[in-house]
Amino acid sequence: MTATNGNGLAPGADAANGTGRRPLLETRGLSVDFGGLHALDGLDFEVHEGEIVSVIGPNGAGKTTLFNAITATVERSAGDILFEGTSLLGLDPNRVTARGIARTFQNVRLFANMTVLENVMVSQHCRTRQHAFGALFYTPSFRREEAEIRRRAEKVLGFFGSRLVGYRFDQPAFTLSYANRRRLEIARAMATQPKLILLDEPVAGMNPVESAELTGMIGRLRDEWGFAIVVIEHQMDVVREVSDRVVVLDHGTKIAEGDYADVSTDPRVIEAYLGQGTETS
Amino acid sequence: MIGRGRAKGGAPRTGVDRFLTFMRVAILTLVAVGILAFIWQEIDTDNPFARWANPDATGLTGAQFRGLIISGVAQGCMYGLIALGYSMVYGVLGFINFAHGEVFMVGAMTGMITSNKLADAGLWESNFIGSLVFIVIVSMIVCTLVAVIMERVAYRPLRGSPRLIPLITSIGVSFFIQNASIVLLGPAAKAYPDVPDWVKDKHTFIQIEGSRILVVVVAAVSMGVLWYLVEHTKGGKAMRAVAEDAEIAALMGINVNRTIVKVFAVGGAMAGLAGILWGILFRSVIHTTGFLPGIKAFSAAVVGGIGHLGGAMAGGLSIGVAESVGPLLILEPLGVSGVSQLRDAVAFSVLIGVLLLRPAGIFGERLPAEDRT
Amino acid sequence: MTGVLLPPPETGAMGGRAETPPAPSRAVLAQDWRRLVRLGAVGAFAQVFIALSNMPVRLDERVVVKPVLSLGYLTLLVVPFAAGYRVGHQIKREGMPVYAAGAHEVAGGAACGALAGGGLSLLAVLLANFDLREPLVNWSPMLAELLAFGNATWFAVVVWLLIGAAIGAVGGILRTLGPRTRRAAVTMALAVAGAAVMEPLVVDLAEGMRLEALTDRLYARRGGVNWTSALGLAAGSGVLAVLGRGRIRQARAHIASLEGAKRNRANSGLIVLTGAALIILPLFAGKLTNELLANVGLFVLLALGLNVVVGLAGILDLGYVAFFAVGSYSAAVLTAATSPRINPELPWLVALIAVVIITGLVGLFIGAPVIRMRGDYLAIVTLGFGEIIRLLFLSDWLSGWFGGSQGITKIPGAGIFGLTSVAGTDPRRVFYLVLAFCAIAIYVSWRLERSRLGRAWTAVREDETVAEAMGINTVNVKLLAFVVGAILGSFSGAIFSAKVGSVFPNSFLILVSIVILVVVIFGGMGSIVGVIAGSAVLIGVLGGPKQPGLLAEFSEFKLLIYGALLIWMMLARPEGLIPSVRRSRELHQEEMAQDAWLRGQVEDDDGSGAQAAPTP
Repeated sequence: MTATNGNGLAPGADAANGTGRRPLLETRGLSVDFGGLHALDGLDFEVHEGEIVSVIGPNGAGKTTLFNAITATVERSAGDILFEGTSLLGLDPNRVTARGIARTFQNVRLFANMTVLENVMVSQHCRTRQHAFGALFYTPSFRREEAEIRRRAEKVLGFFGSRLVGYRFDQPAFTLSYANRRRLEIARAMATQPKLILLDEPVAGMNPVESAELTGMIGRLRDEWGFAIVVIEHQMDVVREVSDRVVVLDHGTKIAEGDYADVSTDPRVIEAYLGQGTETS
Repeated sequence: MIGRGRAKGGAPRTGVDRFLTFMRVAILTLVAVGILAFIWQEIDTDNPFARWANPDATGLTGAQFRGLIISGVAQGCMYGLIALGYSMVYGVLGFINFAHGEVFMVGAMTGMITSNKLADAGLWESNFIGSLVFIVIVSMIVCTLVAVIMERVAYRPLRGSPRLIPLITSIGVSFFIQNASIVLLGPAAKAYPDVPDWVKDKHTFIQIEGSRILVVVVAAVSMGVLWYLVEHTKGGKAMRAVAEDAEIAALMGINVNRTIVKVFAVGGAMAGLAGILWGILFRSVIHTTGFLPGIKAFSAAVVGGIGHLGGAMAGGLSIGVAESVGPLLILEPLGVSGVSQLRDAVAFSVLIGVLLLRPAGIFGERLPAEDRT
Repeated sequence: MTGVLLPPPETGAMGGRAETPPAPSRAVLAQDWRRLVRLGAVGAFAQVFIALSNMPVRLDERVVVKPVLSLGYLTLLVVPFAAGYRVGHQIKREGMPVYAAGAHEVAGGAACGALAGGGLSLLAVLLANFDLREPLVNWSPMLAELLAFGNATWFAVVVWLLIGAAIGAVGGILRTLGPRTRRAAVTMALAVAGAAVMEPLVVDLAEGMRLEALTDRLYARRGGVNWTSALGLAAGSGVLAVLGRGRIRQARAHIASLEGAKRNRANSGLIVLTGAALIILPLFAGKLTNELLANVGLFVLLALGLNVVVGLAGILDLGYVAFFAVGSYSAAVLTAATSPRINPELPWLVALIAVVIITGLVGLFIGAPVIRMRGDYLAIVTLGFGEIIRLLFLSDWLSGWFGGSQGITKIPGAGIFGLTSVAGTDPRRVFYLVLAFCAIAIYVSWRLERSRLGRAWTAVREDETVAEAMGINTVNVKLLAFVVGAILGSFSGAIFSAKVGSVFPNSFLILVSIVILVVVIFGGMGSIVGVIAGSAVLIGVLGGPKQPGLLAEFSEFKLLIYGALLIWMMLARPEGLIPSVRRSRELHQEEMAQDAWLRGQVEDDDGSGAQAAPTP
């Protein structure tokens, strides 16, 4: 893990988590091209178990593309993605999810006409086995599994306090408020029983109270549920609050990495955000 | 930006992928073996390979082959003209106007009625070209009206609904027009009046029937005119802008509704023209005339790449030639009997094959932004 | 429509909407003339179209109310009525005044109806002076005579203007009625129309139950409801409508409000009752009714199969007839001694197993290449497959196997464990067989919809990309829907070949697919009850592609009506007759979200959410 700092970063950036264990997720020289545009350019990136990593960078830096490449929704042009030491290359998105990576979307994409509970139940698909046979003959194992799916869904929704439970179970998702849709999307990702959750701008569009509350929840997701988490975020106070480590992308490459204090004062980061020629502190 | 990740060059991912790869290989092998067998037959019908493929092989004479190609090209031109309507509507509204084939049928029917009336008046024989121009104009006007009314009544209220809804509606429209033709005009096939001899006779050194020359020339000219209209006039630019992004086009001051009506009108006019060409080629029309040519024309639009005008024409020619030559070129040498019955099946197979091998068509698609998934 | 799910937004939620001043009515002449003329012109056009389609002449023989009204005239009267009713429609907008209906509506309706009737006046003049028999096959003196009621042309001109105005005014008057009276009026009309439509069925059943006296009183000797009985029916149903006002709705709301277990019991009670009725009814019914029931059942079975594909998984399969064809042909080949190449003459039930396997494989073979295509490409390609399969059965190439255009004939009936043989000669047995398979199909779709698989289908229909990202193997799930649909289609194929006793390629035209699609959409995509109701109404009344319905006189026009119905359903009520809850959500999402928002003003979840302490 030490040799992968291809961009000449200070090795100290890894020190905070450098336990020597193999990372949970690791990308090696990951590149994604859209036509002639290099959305990701030889990116090395890793996440360890129980870690919260923030990915920041200006618009168009390739943050969402990184998520899409990891979850196999875009075609990568070079490089490798390892999850728990094995490659994710050539897997369909649903297999990636089955391996233990769940995500949310930047523009909330719920199953709008399914109920809140169904949204969470359906995302346990890859963790459950019952097929047409069980459903048709109403076998005991089918009944047991359905009950289990429901129980787990209720438990996951219970994580968000009183907002998504009770009468809300049976409301279609499109009736939810914006903040609740974001929460439901996280719940849906949790229900796939992942090891790693990718959150794409989880607090975008929330008011300060809500976003502060969700920030706390991201920490609890790690502490209580044991997920490793990667967050793409633009709100710096959220980034400061949640991150163990911050990775800064620009033009598809990593320009800085480290804890929030280091990164926020890194001249390259400031240059990337503010452009060349401005005063650097 | 999120597209469906496909294994490109990599190993097939699922059973379905493996099956599809197998199908692709099987299609290509079938076509290759058929063509090889055909070539062998042409060299020598007693050749062992040709005999193995089809013991009764006789091969084609040069004249037969030429005849097939030419009739394929003539029909292909017609398909191309219809395909323009599919392609333009799909490009602008993002749905298949299933009823477009019926507009073509209406054109052929209008031509039949008008030409018979002209024949009754004696004008058809005395001034054939003049009458032809007249029935083309009448048919184009009627078809334009039908297409515009169709848009106004059935499709405009559905703008912005899930994309399968207008498709289902257009199936209803198609069904309605077909059956309206039955109840109004009767279920029997109706004939065009007899055409002058020079249309029926074969001409020039390659012996092409006059009607086929006429069809190709008319199609080429109208294609040229249409290309000019779309690429070089203000209205055409508006169409392309709406096709690219209707909302932005509206913000730029383009009247989207009027542009869409224009698209339907142009498509309808082309279908009307194609209807007359059908009349000249086959001299008979029935209520189901529009159905199969319509679907073949849609296949042509897909083969050429939806949204491309030139592609629609090229696709039309490929479908026309494939369905005319394909059965004898590929199936007959493989020992399939009665191949001419399978013309339509071959046309559909071309569509399926193209979508399997190259889903975006030969020239690639031009679609509204949200459809490029 | 939204009321199915949510109660209408409470007035007062927005504040200040509670007090509504009594609505003023408009002056008689203050019509929206442009709209009126446009509607009238459309009506006139529709009238002329209906007249020239020969519907009035052809349907004149079928009497609705003896001796006043025939179905032929009814088709002509519907249009001015609809125009007259429609013209009084007010578009209610926030901030725009709402007017009470009154003389203004009646006058508008009369004017609009007169315009619509004027179409026929014009047609009568044209009929008398021109001969357009050449292209328009129904341009006949018979039509002229019908329009003029046997009198001179000028009579037709005047009378149709008057009739149009009168009927249009009736439409307008309907607007002015209160909701209760209106409902009663509609019920009365429906009762008479229903009695007239159901005439063959009622007569047939009454004979079985030895109740000829009743039908003799109700119906005239040569068809049609007696005008005295029509009045009686109307009065009776009107009284019932007034008395029973809202009772049915109350009962339904009551069942819906019950606890889970109780509701299940109520529902299963209802199902048992329906099933018992369906089992007992055919015993009293004659051949005609049973034939009709068997045909309806066959289409219910087909529609349920297509419903799994279109309604649950959201795959628009236009070539569904392919599976029907494959099922029929494979059953025919396996059971008939006359099958050209292979004729194992298996017992029907054994053959059925093979048929299911074969059709399942065909479903896989067709499904695999198309399943990844965009929805609309998929529709056309499946249509292509449907046609290819028919062409293959028709071709000389495979005629050694399937008989080509001669088809396969003399197929034995379906033997059930050697107990009985079900063939077309005894439609009652066919109906019972169909009923059994319908029960299987209903059970299968009902169970699957409420399982892990059904949820995955819904998710795929909603957003395929996200479904994939949530760990659903979309390709497999969709393929499975395709195969389940194919297998359900093969059941009806196997029954069909045993019932008819022969299969020909031309029984499997694409229009069969379209008719099944219309049935599914008319009934309500994704809704089992809706699909059954759709088949019963459409196939039962109008008839299937080749099967006659109760209105056998309509056979020439039924496909036309199917087409018009499909357009109209998509425009007016895309969720169908009896919609599934989810479909109506999909189609009315915005309205419902607005309703929810209005109600949400009271209990704003974000405000309370921020204050509530998060509890794990």
